[in-house]
Amino acid sequence: MSKVRVLVGTHKGAFILESDGKRQKWDVSGPHFAGWEIYHMKGSPADPNRLYASQSSGWSGQVVQRSNDGGKTWEAVGNKFVYDGDAGTHQWYDGTPHPWEFKRVWHFEPSLNDPETVYAGVEDAAIFRSSDGGKNWEELPGLRRHGSGPHWQPGAGGMCLHTILLDPVNAGRMFIAISAAGAFRSDDAGQSWRPINRGLRSPYIPDPNAEVGHCVHRIAMHRSRPDTLFMQKHWDVMRTDNAGDEWQEVSGNLPTDFGFVIDVHAHEPETIYVVPIKSDSEHFPLDGKLRVYRSRTGGNEWEPLTKGLPQSDCYVNVLRDAMSIDSLDSCGVYFGTTGGQVYASADAGDTWNAIVHDLPAVLSVEAQTLQ
Amino acid sequence: MIRVVLPAHLRTLAKTSAEVTLDVPPPVTQRSLLDALEARYPALSGTIRDHVTQQRRPFVRFFACEEDLSHEPPDAPLPEAVVNAKEPFLIVGAIAGG
Repeated sequence: MSKVRVLVGTHKGAFILESDGKRQKWDVSGPHFAGWEIYHMKGSPADPNRLYASQSSGWSGQVVQRSNDGGKTWEAVGNKFVYDGDAGTHQWYDGTPHPWEFKRVWHFEPSLNDPETVYAGVEDAAIFRSSDGGKNWEELPGLRRHGSGPHWQPGAGGMCLHTILLDPVNAGRMFIAISAAGAFRSDDAGQSWRPINRGLRSPYIPDPNAEVGHCVHRIAMHRSRPDTLFMQKHWDVMRTDNAGDEWQEVSGNLPTDFGFVIDVHAHEPETIYVVPIKSDSEHFPLDGKLRVYRSRTGGNEWEPLTKGLPQSDCYVNVLRDAMSIDSLDSCGVYFGTTGGQVYASADAGDTWNAIVHDLPAVLSVEAQTLQ
Repeated sequence: MIRVVLPAHLRTLAKTSAEVTLDVPPPVTQRSLLDALEARYPALSGTIRDHVTQQRRPFVRFFACEEDLSHEPPDAPLPEAVVNAKEPFLIVGAIAGG
C-alpha cells in the first residue's frame, strides 16, 4: 500500500506528516529541532528514507541534519560552507559592493540516483555539492563566477538560491533560480552556467529586459518534459518550452500574478498550480480569500480552487518552497502557510483539508510518495 | 578539567547536559577550550564561532567569574578559577529574537 510522507519546515522546528494512500488520516511527529528555523527538508529519490534538513538560527548559524530512517532519528553532519577562492563582492540593496557572506541553506536537492550526493542552494547565492551524504561541501563556483555575479542584488528575503531542478533526461543539465538575479542553466553538471532570462520583463528594475536581475520566486518542472519549465516570478507567471532559452508570460486571467509557489501535477504536465498573493508589500491573499489557482492548459486559463480553503479574513502567505505534490494516481497537492496550516488535496486540488492548523509559520513543504 | 555551560539549544544539538567537562591542555584559552569542545562535540562546530574566521558569532557571549570575556583575545589565558574548575566557562546566547 502506498504511503505519503510530508516534510514540513517551519520557523520553529520540523514536522513530519504521514498518511496512507487515502490521505484522510494523518500522523504528526515533531517538533524536530524545536526552536530552530528549518528552511527546507527533502528526501532522496534514490532512498526515500535518506532525508536532509537545513537547520539554522540567528544565534548559532547553519546546521545540516541527515536521517537514514525517514526522520525517526537524525545526525548532524557537515555545516562548513566556504566559498571557493576569493569570494569577492555582489551588490547590496543600495548598489554598493558587499562581500559574499554565507548565511544559510535555503534548499537541498538530493541527486536523482545517489543518496550520498546532494546539492545545497544557499544565501548569499551559491550552489554547493556534497558527495558524502552531507559531511563535506564544495562550491560549484562556475555559477557565482558567471560574469554577472558582482552585479547580483538581494531581494527582500536576502540573496538566496532557492530552487534547484535536476533534469531527469538530459544528463548533466540542471537549473537554479536566485532572488534577485534570475534563472540559470548548466549543461555540464554545474561546472559552467548561463543565464536563462530572455523574455522575462521586470519594469521595476533599471533595464526591464536585463539578462540578469529578475526576482524569480520559484521554478517547477514535470519530469517527463524537462525542457518545459514554469516560473512564478515576483510578478508574472511564465513558461518556457526550450529549457529557458525563451520565456512567455502565461498569467492570463489570474486575479494577481504575484506569488511565490508554483508546481506541476504529477501526471498531467500541462496542469499547474499557483497561489496568487497581493503585493507589493501586503503579501497576503487577495480579498482575504485563500485560493489556489489551477491551469489545465499550461497557463493563461486559470480556475480558482476554494473548497475547504478559508474564503474570508485569511491573511497568511505561502512561501516559495511551501508547495509540493505527491505522485499517487489521484495526484495530491500540499501547501503550507505562514499561519501554520498545511493544506492537502487528495484530488488534484478540487477539495482541500487542513492536515494541521497551528504549526509555527511554514517555510517549506515536501511530499514523498512511498511504496 | 574545565567546566563549560552550554545554552539550551546547543545542549540539544550536542545531545548533552547543561554542563560538560573537558580536558584542555595548557595554556587554557578561549581558543583551546573551544577547540576541545568542538572535538568532543563535532555538531557544535561552526555554531559558536565561524568556521573560517574563528570569530565568535554575534549573538553568542562568553562569561566566567562574573566577567564578560566575550571581547578578550582568543589566546588570552582564562581565569585561574576556570582552569581549576572552581568556576564554569559560560557560553550564553543573547536573549533576543522571537
